[in-house]
Amino acid sequence: MNWIYEPWSWYVSGPIIAFIMFLLIMVDKTFGMSSNLRTICTICGAGNKTDFFKFDWKSQQWNLIVVIGAIIGGYLGSHLLSMDTAVAINPATITDLNTLGFESAGKAYLPTELFDTSALLSFKTIALLATGGFLVGFGARYAGGCTSGHAISGLSNLQLPSLIAVIGFFIGGLFMIHVLFPLIF
Amino acid sequence: MRTLIYLLIGIIFGITMFKSEAASWFRIYEMFKFDSFHMYGIIGSALVIGILVVQAIKRLNITSFYGEKIHFYPKERGFSRYIIGGILFGLGWALAGACPGPMFTLVGAGFAPILVVIIAALLGTYVYGIIKDKLPH
Repeated sequence: MNWIYEPWSWYVSGPIIAFIMFLLIMVDKTFGMSSNLRTICTICGAGNKTDFFKFDWKSQQWNLIVVIGAIIGGYLGSHLLSMDTAVAINPATITDLNTLGFESAGKAYLPTELFDTSALLSFKTIALLATGGFLVGFGARYAGGCTSGHAISGLSNLQLPSLIAVIGFFIGGLFMIHVLFPLIF
Repeated sequence: MRTLIYLLIGIIFGITMFKSEAASWFRIYEMFKFDSFHMYGIIGSALVIGILVVQAIKRLNITSFYGEKIHFYPKERGFSRYIIGGILFGLGWALAGACPGPMFTLVGAGFAPILVVIIAALLGTYVYGIIKDKLPH
């Protein structure tokens, strides 16, 4: 059972994700995480402002429970099921990241330069995290789904719109990392 | 009972996101650098199995665990919203290194700054809701 404590390979993780989608389909629900952001906006009262948030959020309660599970799962995965959480990325990637100023590459789960609690003292870090989050929230709703809703659920159902969205995800991601990162970091 | 099922599904999802390192900013960076097969393997294998599962359920008229008909909702047709929204999402995904599922997993893993990402994502969703009628879809 020692493999459990090691990072899981793609051929274990990918099938589990497909299994999660299968379970949700079998209870007649859809695998899609970004809808929860809209639901939370509604719970916070956004429905008073615009119709987009006027819906019965209780119909989406099940998905919020999945989110609570995902939080618990993150705790279990990191605190109970891992010895060393440093991510062994490609040495070439580590060299790249060192050049950009990410000394923690290859030594941590997330870059300490952005995700260590002390990083919150830097205005630049907060601005970068907030910009990234804003784009994820805005973009996911604009595109009608995120990685789970389009790249997994949508493509599994052979939806052309999902293919267009996933191509968009990659255009944006490649542009950010290859063009913008050298300017930002 | 159903609540417990959703909770368990979420827990398996959260553990898998963390243990597969799909919730790691580094893996997302590495993916967009084409330096590793790891993320492509995860998404690709989930997708191949996913297509087979969905096709099987549709063709064999499999009913849900509760014996009811299973609904699949086709995505609305369109181009602009998917490509523009997709690009904006991709920019954010690469910068924050987390998409809407792993974001929550990272809260459980104890990374406080991810809360900034989540609050901003909620704000982004809210702003989309406010200006959506002015955007090309």
